Amino acid sequence: MHALHDVFAPYGPQAGEVRALWLLTLVVCLIVFAAVLAALAIALWRAPRSGSDARSAPDLSGLRRPEPGTRRSVVAAVVASTLLLLVLIVASVFTDRALARLSTEGALRLEVTAHQWWWEVRYVEPQVADNFITANEIHVPTGRPVIVTLKADDVIHSFWVPSLAGKKDLIPGRTSTFHFRADHDGVYRGQCAEFCGFQHALMAFFVVADPPERYADWAAAQRHSASDALDEQQLRGRSVFLRSSCAMCHAIDGTSAQAVRGPNLTHVASRGTLAAGALANTPEDLKRWIADPQKIKPGTNMPASALSSEDMDALVGFLQALR
Amino acid sequence: MSRVQPLAGRAALVLLSLMALGACEREMRRFDTPPDNRSRPEAPRTSALQPAEARSDPVRMPAANGEGYDENAFSVAQGKRLYRWYNCNGCHAQGGGGMGPALTDDQWRYGSEPAQIFATIVQGRPNGMPSFGGHLSEDQVWQLTAYVRSMSGQLRKDVAPGRADSLQGREPEVGRDREPARPGSK
Repeated sequence: MHALHDVFAPYGPQAGEVRALWLLTLVVCLIVFAAVLAALAIALWRAPRSGSDARSAPDLSGLRRPEPGTRRSVVAAVVASTLLLLVLIVASVFTDRALARLSTEGALRLEVTAHQWWWEVRYVEPQVADNFITANEIHVPTGRPVIVTLKADDVIHSFWVPSLAGKKDLIPGRTSTFHFRADHDGVYRGQCAEFCGFQHALMAFFVVADPPERYADWAAAQRHSASDALDEQQLRGRSVFLRSSCAMCHAIDGTSAQAVRGPNLTHVASRGTLAAGALANTPEDLKRWIADPQKIKPGTNMPASALSSEDMDALVGFLQALR
Repeated sequence: MSRVQPLAGRAALVLLSLMALGACEREMRRFDTPPDNRSRPEAPRTSALQPAEARSDPVRMPAANGEGYDENAFSVAQGKRLYRWYNCNGCHAQGGGGMGPALTDDQWRYGSEPAQIFATIVQGRPNGMPSFGGHLSEDQVWQLTAYVRSMSGQLRKDVAPGRADSLQGREPEVGRDREPARPGSK
């Protein structure tokens, strides 16, 4: 799945503000770094070059002599550093204010819960019956602000879509909120940005920004339960799903699988990736994943499933039908 | 004298490393799921209750007695996670019992050995214990077994989940000491 993942290419107002602050910090730090190097070079240049060797006592007479020149430059450097730090603090405060002031009128509301190592996404609509749950892929309409409520199930994670906004931590037992807006349609890659265990690196997600009409179609499709129009092979796959360990953790709306420990699979075939961005969503990769997830994401809480090859084909056929 | 000291220091270092190695086994995390042993004896299910959709095939009885799980802190911690995931606490509460019998005491209707607890989980038991055979991987059943045994103090103290792999605000199971340990498990 091709997706944008670039701090320097902002596609929303939040990422733009963060980038401006970052550039200012970079410029200030570069100036300071250059000045420090220059001071060091001058000091080395002006140091006495007489051949003093290690055995003779060091010349400490300078410590007793008054040095008005040196004192002046130290005071000047301290004042300059303080002023520059103040500039950075003020810029940071203004950036925060600008971010907080962005309009959230008519915002879409989402609830994101981070798990080891995947993302659960609940769309919270004004009518409870319109709520739906998906995983690892967040669709949003362009130009409309999105308020995200962040929660964590097990350890601290961090929500980060570099092209759209800055980071925000998800902390177990606490609820925080965060908002962003995508101004251009496209696919933006997100990544957990707080080390959270073995598979922290393979804990990605995608924000898909669609024009409002296309988003509405997608959301309407997500609200439907899984289709009942299945051929014989797929019906067998459904039976495998419900009778083996899959149904212990995953839910498929419209079936008796209603567990909430793993990602909701009602529309799994409509997603671009599997296992939080670790695999492409193809029948071959899905088969590999089900047969032995520990080979792909060691430590993941999904156990290996020993299925006969006919059962596996039927199961994958069924999951591919969950559009 | 000056020759003896470095030797003693080295010996202490080797000794300490060996002691540290002993702790490795306890904390080792195995990610390759051992394949289910297909040759185990079959047994009928003793409960009609099953999660999601019911199976009619017989279950497989354990061929081992929890070796590799009872001594491993990671297995016990995973068992603790699964105990809540699969709603064992729905009936057994946090071990104190509710609708189902208590697991922290020394009363065992169907046996307290790992193989017996394994059989209870996969076969199910009359009056409410569902049959999980085929619905869980064998690996997970062993992890659950190890955790259930830790509740009544039957495991080595240093493998019991004093901490879980996820944040929990509860009292650790360590320190409960109501049942004498199985011989050989220390």
